[in-house]
Amino acid sequence: MSEKRAESAAPKPRGIRQTMSDLHIWAGLLLGWMLYAMFLTGTVSYFKNEISQWARPELAHQASVPDPADVAQRVAGELGRLAAGSSQWSIGLPSARENTAEAFWRLASAQPGQRRFGQATFDPATGHKVTARDTTGGEFFYRFHFQFHYMPVLWGRWLAGLAAMFMLVAIVSGVITHKKIFTDFFTFRWAKGQRSWLDAHNALSVFGLPFHLMITYTGLVTLMALYMPYGERLAFKTPQERQQLTRELNAFIQPGKPSGRAAELAPVADMVRQAQALWGRDNIARVTITLPGDAASRVAVARGEEGRASMSPQYLLFEGSSGRLLETHDSVGPAAETRGVMYALHLGRFGDTVTRWLYFLVSLAGTAMVGTGLVMWTVKRRRKLPDPARPHLGFRLVERLNIATIAGLSIAMATFLWSNRLLPGTLAQRGEWEIHAFFIAWALALAHAVLRPPRRAWIELLWVGAAMLALLPVLNMLTTDRPLWRSIAEGDWVFAGMDLVLWALAALHVKLALRTARHKAPVPRGAQSPRTKAPAPAGERTVPSVPRTTFDATHGATPSQDALR
Amino acid sequence: MIALPVRARRVVPLVSRIVAAILGGYALAALASVAALALPIARPQAVLTGMLASFALYAGAVIWVFAVRSATRAWVGLLMAAAVLMPAAWVAWHAGGSA
Repeated sequence: MSEKRAESAAPKPRGIRQTMSDLHIWAGLLLGWMLYAMFLTGTVSYFKNEISQWARPELAHQASVPDPADVAQRVAGELGRLAAGSSQWSIGLPSARENTAEAFWRLASAQPGQRRFGQATFDPATGHKVTARDTTGGEFFYRFHFQFHYMPVLWGRWLAGLAAMFMLVAIVSGVITHKKIFTDFFTFRWAKGQRSWLDAHNALSVFGLPFHLMITYTGLVTLMALYMPYGERLAFKTPQERQQLTRELNAFIQPGKPSGRAAELAPVADMVRQAQALWGRDNIARVTITLPGDAASRVAVARGEEGRASMSPQYLLFEGSSGRLLETHDSVGPAAETRGVMYALHLGRFGDTVTRWLYFLVSLAGTAMVGTGLVMWTVKRRRKLPDPARPHLGFRLVERLNIATIAGLSIAMATFLWSNRLLPGTLAQRGEWEIHAFFIAWALALAHAVLRPPRRAWIELLWVGAAMLALLPVLNMLTTDRPLWRSIAEGDWVFAGMDLVLWALAALHVKLALRTARHKAPVPRGAQSPRTKAPAPAGERTVPSVPRTTFDATHGATPSQDALR
Repeated sequence: MIALPVRARRVVPLVSRIVAAILGGYALAALASVAALALPIARPQAVLTGMLASFALYAGAVIWVFAVRSATRAWVGLLMAAAVLMPAAWVAWHAGGSA
C-alpha cells in the first residue's frame, strides 16, 4: 500500500494531503501538551461533583435529595445574616450528584480590582455553612481545564482558547490528511487482533471523531463572548441594551435600581414550589435573589438541566416582596438555543449516569488521541535521526515534555487527591496547598523526565502513577471512616465508585508501564524499513528503538497511518 | 552571504503564512462576527450567530492559508473574503452607533 502511495505521490511536488499533514503535525504538537492536560482534566470533570464529594469525606453520603424548596429557604435565611446588604445572592441547590448547597453573593463594598463575590458551601439539612476541610475538590480540575492556574483567569482562558483553536485546526487538517477516513470509520476491525490496534492514534481519533470535533468546537463556544466580543460591543452600548443578550444566555438576573423602601422577602420556598410544579421536584438548579430586603427585590428560580440537552435559561421571575409571579422565561431565540445546546453538549450535565460514563470514556479516548499523537511525533522522527543515541535538542525537548506531561500529569492529579487526605485541617489556605502540591509533583515529574534516560523515565513515572492511584483507596480507608466495604454496604456509589475507578486507572498505568518495559531490542539503524514490514507482535518488535514508549504500537504499516506521517 | 537569502526565501513565506493564519484568520473571523449584525434577525440572535460561526470561519481560514500554493495567494484569499464581508460589517458598524 505504501509503495503504491509513494508511486502516485512522487511526481507531484506537495499535494494538499502533504501540506495538511504538516499542518496537522505542527498544530497538534505546538500546544499538544496543553491540550493533553486540558483533555485529561476535562475528562475527569465529568465527575466533578463526585470528586468534590470524595474530597469532603466529613459530609455524609446523601441517600436522598432534600427538598430544594426547603433548602432554598434555609440558605436564603442564612444569607440574610451572612450577606446582608449584598445586592445579589445566588444559591445553587443540592441534587442527586451534589450533597451540599453553595451560594455566592455580590460584595457590597467591592472596589475595582477586588474580589466581587463572596462564596460559601452550606449543609442542606441545617442551612448553616458546612464545616468540612478547605478544598477545591473536583472544581480544581474543572477550572484548570479552561483557565489553568498561577496566572490571571483571563490569560488562562485566552490560552485555552488558542489551544482549542489549534485543536480544531489539527482535527480538520487531520481529517483531510486521513484519506480513508470514512472507510476506516465504518470498518473498525477489532477482529484482526494484534493488527487492529496498531494504529492507536488513528483508531482513537477516527472512532471518537464526532465527539472530538464537537467537544473542541463547543469548548470554544462556552467562552465565545470572551474570544469574539466585537459584535456584542457594537450592538449593545448600555447595560440595559446588553440585558437583551444576557437574558438569552443565563438565568443570573442583575439587580435593578433599589427603591430604598424596605420590604421583607416573601417565602422563597413557595416560589421554588411553583417552579417544581412545572419542572419536577429535583429539577431546580439555582435561585437568584436581587436586592433582598428592598421593595424592588426580584427572585429568579431556574430550571435544572435534567431532561433537556440545553443550557439555555429557563426561569420563573417573582417579585421578591410579594412572591407574585412576574414572568415565565421559558424560551430563547434560535441562535441562543443553538448556543445553549452546544454548551450543554460540552458539559454533559444533562446526562444520566450511563451517558456520563460514555462521555468519560470517549473523552479519555480523546486524551489518548492527543497523547498518542505527541508520542508519534518522536516515534516517527527517531528512525530518521542521524544518531539515535544523541538526538537533537528539539527531539529531546519533545520527548521529555511528553514524558513529563503524559506520565507526570497522572502523578500530579493523584498527588492532589493524596494531599486532600494528608494535609492537616489546620493548615492556613489548605485548599490552595492542595493545588500547590499538584504543581510541585508535576514539576518533580518533569525533573525526573529530564534527568533519567527517557525509556526508564517513562517506566518509572508510570509505575509511580500506578502506585499512587492504587494506594488512594487504602489511604482513604486509613484517613476516613468510609472504607470501600462500608461504602458498598451502604450503597454509597460516590465513594465506592471513586475507589474502584482509581484502581481501574492504576491498572491502566500498570499496563502502560509493562508495555513500555517490554519494548527492547534496539537493532542497528537501517537494518530494516519498518514501514513496509508487517508489524511484529509487540513483544518482539525489532524496530530501531532507543527509549520506546507505550504508544509506539501506533507505528505500523497501515495505509491510513502512512498518510499521517 | 548567499546562504542567507536562500534560507530567507524559505522562511519568509512560512512566517507570512503563520501570521496570515493566526492573525489574519482571527481578523477575518472577527469581521464576520460583526458582519453578522447585518442579518435581518433580532439583535441578540445576530450577535450570537456571529460568535457561533466565527470559529468555523477561523478554522477554515487557517486551512485555506496552508492549503494554497503560495503565501501571496493565502493573503489574497483572506483579503477577498474580507472584501465580501466588509459592506455588511460597514453597515453594522454605522447602524451600531445609532440603534
